[in-house]
Amino acid sequence: MKVKGKITEVKGTVVKASNVSGIQMNEMVRVGELGLVGEVVRVEGDSAYVQVYEFTTGLKPGEPVEGLGSPLSVTLAPGIVGNIYDGLQRPLSTIEGYSIFRGYTAEAVDVNKAWHFFPVIKPGVKVEGGEKIGYVEETELIRHYIMVPPGVKGNLTYVAPEGEYKVNDSVAEVQNGEKQSISMLQKWSVRVPRPIKRRLVASEPLITGQRVIDAFFPLAKGGSAAVPGGFGTGKTVLLHQMASWANSRVVVYVGCGERGNEMVELLKTFPKLNDPISGKPIMQKSIMIANTSNMPVAAREASVYVGITLAEYYRDMGYDSLMLADSTSRWAEALREISGRLEEIPAEEGYPSYLASRIASFYERAGYVETLSGDYGSVSIIGAVSPPGGDFTEPVTTHTLRYVKAFWLLDPNLAYSRHYPAVNWISSYSSYVEPLSDWWGFNVSKEFETMRRQALDILFKEESLRNIVRLLGPEVLPEDEKLLLEAANMLREGFLKQSAYHEVDRYTPPLIQYYLLKLILTFYERAKEKLKGGATVEEIRSSPLYLEVIRARFNVKSKEDFEALMKKVMEF
Amino acid sequence: MSGSITFSSVQSIRGSLMVIRTNGKLGYEELVEIELENGEKRLGRSLQVSEDIAVVEVFEGTQGLSPRDVKVRFLGRPLELPVSNELLGRIFDGLGRPIDGMPEPVGVEELDINGKILNPYKREYPDEFIQTGVSVIDGMLSMVRGQKLPIFSGSGLPHDMLAAQIARQATIAKGEEFAVVFAAIGVPADTAMFFRRELEESGALKRSVLFLNLAEDPAVERIVTPRVALTAAEYLAFEEGYHVLAILTDMTNYGEALREISMMREEVPSRRGYPGYLYTDLATIFERSGRITGRKGSLTQLPILSMPADDITHPIPDLTAYITEGQIVLSKDLYHKGVYPPVNVLMSLSRLMKDGVGEGKTRADHKELSDQLYNSYSKAMDVRSLAEIVGEEGIPESSKKYLQFADAFENKFMKQDPYENRDIDTTLNLAWDVLSILPESAWTNISEKSKKVYLSVVQKRSI
Ligand SMILES: Nc1ncnc2c1ncn2[C@@H]1O[C@H](COP(=O)(O)OP(=O)(O)O)[C@@H](O)[C@H]1O
Ligand SMILES: [Mg+2]
Repeated sequence: MKVKGKITEVKGTVVKASNVSGIQMNEMVRVGELGLVGEVVRVEGDSAYVQVYEFTTGLKPGEPVEGLGSPLSVTLAPGIVGNIYDGLQRPLSTIEGYSIFRGYTAEAVDVNKAWHFFPVIKPGVKVEGGEKIGYVEETELIRHYIMVPPGVKGNLTYVAPEGEYKVNDSVAEVQNGEKQSISMLQKWSVRVPRPIKRRLVASEPLITGQRVIDAFFPLAKGGSAAVPGGFGTGKTVLLHQMASWANSRVVVYVGCGERGNEMVELLKTFPKLNDPISGKPIMQKSIMIANTSNMPVAAREASVYVGITLAEYYRDMGYDSLMLADSTSRWAEALREISGRLEEIPAEEGYPSYLASRIASFYERAGYVETLSGDYGSVSIIGAVSPPGGDFTEPVTTHTLRYVKAFWLLDPNLAYSRHYPAVNWISSYSSYVEPLSDWWGFNVSKEFETMRRQALDILFKEESLRNIVRLLGPEVLPEDEKLLLEAANMLREGFLKQSAYHEVDRYTPPLIQYYLLKLILTFYERAKEKLKGGATVEEIRSSPLYLEVIRARFNVKSKEDFEALMKKVMEF
Repeated sequence: MSGSITFSSVQSIRGSLMVIRTNGKLGYEELVEIELENGEKRLGRSLQVSEDIAVVEVFEGTQGLSPRDVKVRFLGRPLELPVSNELLGRIFDGLGRPIDGMPEPVGVEELDINGKILNPYKREYPDEFIQTGVSVIDGMLSMVRGQKLPIFSGSGLPHDMLAAQIARQATIAKGEEFAVVFAAIGVPADTAMFFRRELEESGALKRSVLFLNLAEDPAVERIVTPRVALTAAEYLAFEEGYHVLAILTDMTNYGEALREISMMREEVPSRRGYPGYLYTDLATIFERSGRITGRKGSLTQLPILSMPADDITHPIPDLTAYITEGQIVLSKDLYHKGVYPPVNVLMSLSRLMKDGVGEGKTRADHKELSDQLYNSYSKAMDVRSLAEIVGEEGIPESSKKYLQFADAFENKFMKQDPYENRDIDTTLNLAWDVLSILPESAWTNISEKSKKVYLSVVQKRSI
């Protein structure tokens, strides 16, 4: 039964309603004459506080409030991939005019579209939640499995024959006392993680094609990582790069409280960029969720949950999903704003005391798992963090760093000098280095792990030498240390730096990453010998080969390119 | 509308806020008109409404108001601005009422000053280069139509001069001129006068609309001024098809007004007393820019803000830069060295530059040149600070070139007259000139191709 009451107070986007006894915590409601969407965030006697997901201008005490009887849920069905949604999974592409009007409602997928369904199971067996019944080809890249919804179990009495069906048509029936019909469309409450069989240890890298990450601070499939950085340090570009090149099957990109034009950029580039593995436009594996900074704050809080639930759904089909959230700080700020309007007692910097646990349970939804149907799938989460004043000691950053297993700290000084991606190689961290080193050994080169250590070693030594140089000038250093500074410079310029906008440089497959590192380290070895033979560092630096090795990241595309340049280095 | 007019009484007054009795008749963010005994009228807007009372902010301030002596009328609508192209050439106060002695313009529409939520799906990606004629901007911080790019400045720095130069010189490839919407937010009258004069002298005044909330005007009104101005700007851009340049100065005054009201409401502050929603609030202003699919015009924002105590981590510049598409940071040091425009290029950024420049837009070598200038200038800054510590003798011969490069970059490339208008070719050729001070082995960002095509041209020119 639907609860109906009325507004007694409006304060920003928080509305108090009276006469709503029976309404449930987190229940969705419609507020006011316009039917604005909201969610119950506190129940007190027969009153309730509602967080409205839309602007509340003009709302008056006395207007109606109606409970919808269910919590905030997403629609799970073929037709999601390739779409752009708002924070409540309302499609943005079907709205008339150029603005989003209040009280807007629309189905998340086209319910009139017919999909060609292929059954994969025959009736007469016992099934449980997660079991695959059949599939449709959602895009050229995504075979969308229709699964028995979690919680449903019994005898499979009917499976539809191959043919055209709409998402709400019945494609199977399960009998367990009563008959339950299954369509291609399910609903799932966004704040509840979708069930799995068990968690597994991640051991495969999520290849992103971004050198500083894959080679030095890698992420595993099913892992969680954060990218903290002040404005302009390159969070968004890095996330866009991941969305474009990562070897995940599905990408869910959540633009949470950031710029509208950044979503347009994705919409513009995704149909034109090809997935490095399949060669198909990455639009065919992407889902976008936009709650841009000018959209109502409350839906920002919901948007990350909508995103993660979609990622979990595709994981359940046995795929690797990647969920990117730019920026989780805006989500935390939305929590703070709602908490403030509810007059909760604030903890640090006005954030509610449950901030840490919310962040923890969000990143907990990442994982490499065995699905209910016995497949392997994963959800990887990468969240940007936008610390005010670039201060990494603020609450959202500190709590996030406690819960993620890798973090790439962006350094404003690197960004100022246009060293992008501005990942600080001294203070960034990944706990996946160890578990993934076997993969590199098997798939790329046995010497990779040693080279990785050598390279980091040069960079660490550089760091301590730089402190001397800063005070006394480079002239005080002996020649071999000056050469080490040059080697470090080659690593920075020729490996760590990576332009997102250069046709070749923007994506480097693992093997080429190895080549580039090999070229620099071998050049360094050769140079050391030349130094012993009497050459000066100045001579080495001004040799054309020095520049050619640094510029290899723009030019080396194949084994042949590598071998040709390697030959020159060996002869140097 | 008039049907909903109700009279009400005031319960209490505190700062610029009033608590009034409403009997539930006032909607959230709706307007009230407050009438004093002497007939004076003021406007207010509700911040919180309940069944019997509402909290209202009074735009013109509460000075001289006494609960017993005023009448409050509910207008039954949010704050609106009547719009039409009759706005052009006119001057209004910070709430959008004419102050140029002419009658209220006839509006074809009344628009809510909060604007509409632009659907990101309907945005068009901004990628049309704007030539400002200022080398450091065109060369390294290129602006595009529809971008929001603020100037971060400090007291005594020539931000007004630079904004005026951009407004005067900004041409777009096709030569279409900008319509200018100017919003003064708590600035001294002479700043507003300066812009007015500049617009007048360049003949742009008839294509301009001015909204003035001056330093002596009430602070609460500042919350509204940028929104009123952007309502006009959006109308001119997206309904009338103008390319609009909106100059908002000074957004720091806006932020301070917001803090003042938040404190009066006893809200929990976050950083430095500013409300937790400062980011969201600023975003509802700065995101009102861009281009829209299928519409002719564009709305480019050039907000100006002074950094309190020159601190870029202060919440107002910090959160602004998190929202805008880059920032132009002015430097006291350079200004004292006699460099105009004194732009701290390393701290500055134009996020939309990449799609607005290059072959077919400016020149094929533009991106590489700009990357190289950043790269080399940042190296030069390291050398310069080292030279300050160890003396020029202490730095290697090969690094001394960087000192020369930095001087040439600042004094030849960046420095120019406020009335000098350089085209993009001139700017890029100058870049090659200063870059040529460094040996080619330092050109890590320059491709062989660019060297071949452009360097020879430059070298020939300089012979
Ligand atoms: N990998 C990269 N290659 C080239 N430019 C980059 C790269 N990363 C960042 N940038 C530059 O830095 C700017 C700011 O990056 P962005 O990701 O938007 O920062 P943030 O999201 O941290 O504010 C971009 O507009 C671009 O000019
Ligand atoms: Mg960003």
